[in-house]
Amino acid sequence: MGALDLSFLNWELVTNFLIKGFVFSVQLTLIAMVGGIIFGTVLAMMRLSGRQWLAWPAATYVNTMRSIPLVMVILWFFLLIPFLVGKPIGAELSAIITFTVFEAAYYSEIMRAGIQSVSRGQVNAGYALGLTYGQSMRLIVLPQAFRNMLPVLFTQTIILFQDTSLVYAIGAYDMLKGFEVAGKNFNRPVEAYLLAAVVYFIICFSLSTVVKRLQAKIAIIR
Amino acid sequence: MHLEWGFFLRDIGDGKTSYLDWMISAWGWTLAVAACAWVVALLLGSIIGTLRTLPTEGLARWLVKFGNAWVELFRNIPLLVQIFLWYHVIPSLYKPLQEVPSFALVVLGLGLFTSARVAEQVRAGIQSLPRGQRHAGMALGLTTAQTYRFVLLPMAFRIVIPPLTSEAMNIIKNSSVAFAVSISELTLFAMQAQEETSRGVEVYLAVTTLYIATALVVNRVMARIEKRIRIPGTVGSEK
Repeated sequence: MGALDLSFLNWELVTNFLIKGFVFSVQLTLIAMVGGIIFGTVLAMMRLSGRQWLAWPAATYVNTMRSIPLVMVILWFFLLIPFLVGKPIGAELSAIITFTVFEAAYYSEIMRAGIQSVSRGQVNAGYALGLTYGQSMRLIVLPQAFRNMLPVLFTQTIILFQDTSLVYAIGAYDMLKGFEVAGKNFNRPVEAYLLAAVVYFIICFSLSTVVKRLQAKIAIIR
Repeated sequence: MHLEWGFFLRDIGDGKTSYLDWMISAWGWTLAVAACAWVVALLLGSIIGTLRTLPTEGLARWLVKFGNAWVELFRNIPLLVQIFLWYHVIPSLYKPLQEVPSFALVVLGLGLFTSARVAEQVRAGIQSLPRGQRHAGMALGLTTAQTYRFVLLPMAFRIVIPPLTSEAMNIIKNSSVAFAVSISELTLFAMQAQEETSRGVEVYLAVTTLYIATALVVNRVMARIEKRIRIPGTVGSEK
């Protein structure tokens, strides 16, 4: 057994290397979550609209995104965005755009299941009250769909947070990168990777415990 | 935009291999990593998933706890970090592993990561069976092991095939993280060939197509298996 040496850990290291990466990982997760849920809900509504010209492009988009490895999607966007906007953008911005549109495909499947879980009678009741399609969606269906799917949406967000580590492929400075750079600087890569795993585990495990509680709570009310 | 595919036949610089050859061998590595890891995941996942459904009396309680801890451990660390653990951390703590090729370490990493997800599906499959099945086994005088072997598992495994299909497709996608520890698989090929040839769009298109084609083949094969062994008298068998 090789011995672990954690003596290089101090507050300065945390502020110099880790905070920046942690902040970016959280930022990326939150932006991609909010953007992905909004964009994903639109996609789900398109697929359920019953109009072929709306449903087909949405379905194709979702299925394509879901069948390509995330690393490849990250590489694709990093290659194509500068080509489209005509100037290089940083790895961080590229990652934010990629994750938002990529996660939309996954969130849209969740929202689609959520919308389909709302009973038909609810929509009919809305129509009987004279609401338009848009109104009954916004006022009746989506709030319930959203609420029913809350635990699943959060679980997907935990997966999203884990997946943000894949920006490694384009060299963006996220939490994992922070640990890696710190490990290289102090010549302690083994300890740095181990610490990274511990920190990710603590964050994800606590979040998933919260989600489990939420799930239990929702299950009682329903 | 003008696509130019000619470079695929060009030599990569060693006088005998073309980019096309390189890509096909990279595809082979992707398939090898995914297939080997799938065997590990299916084996361990089935065991762990089964353990988690044992009756919580006596010693078995600890087995259930062990199974739960296993799933939490491998589900709550990002795959890329787990791969780094297998590649950088574990061999330096346990020296004999330094002799092991990195391919085997990646297979273990990806396999154990996926085993947690397989275990979750297997557990759900067993728990979806009516309680009467287990009781019927007991009433016939079967031991717990026999109940699992002859009553519960044959049913559960047929129920969990659809979710396992998506896990099998996931493992192909997830094998792409092997690029991070220099396994010469498709994603690493994409990154390196893009850099060398500056024909990123063509390289990525080819690689993406291979990934999608592979996932489709897995999907079809699993659909065939599902059809073959579906349980008579269930909703699925009437389709």
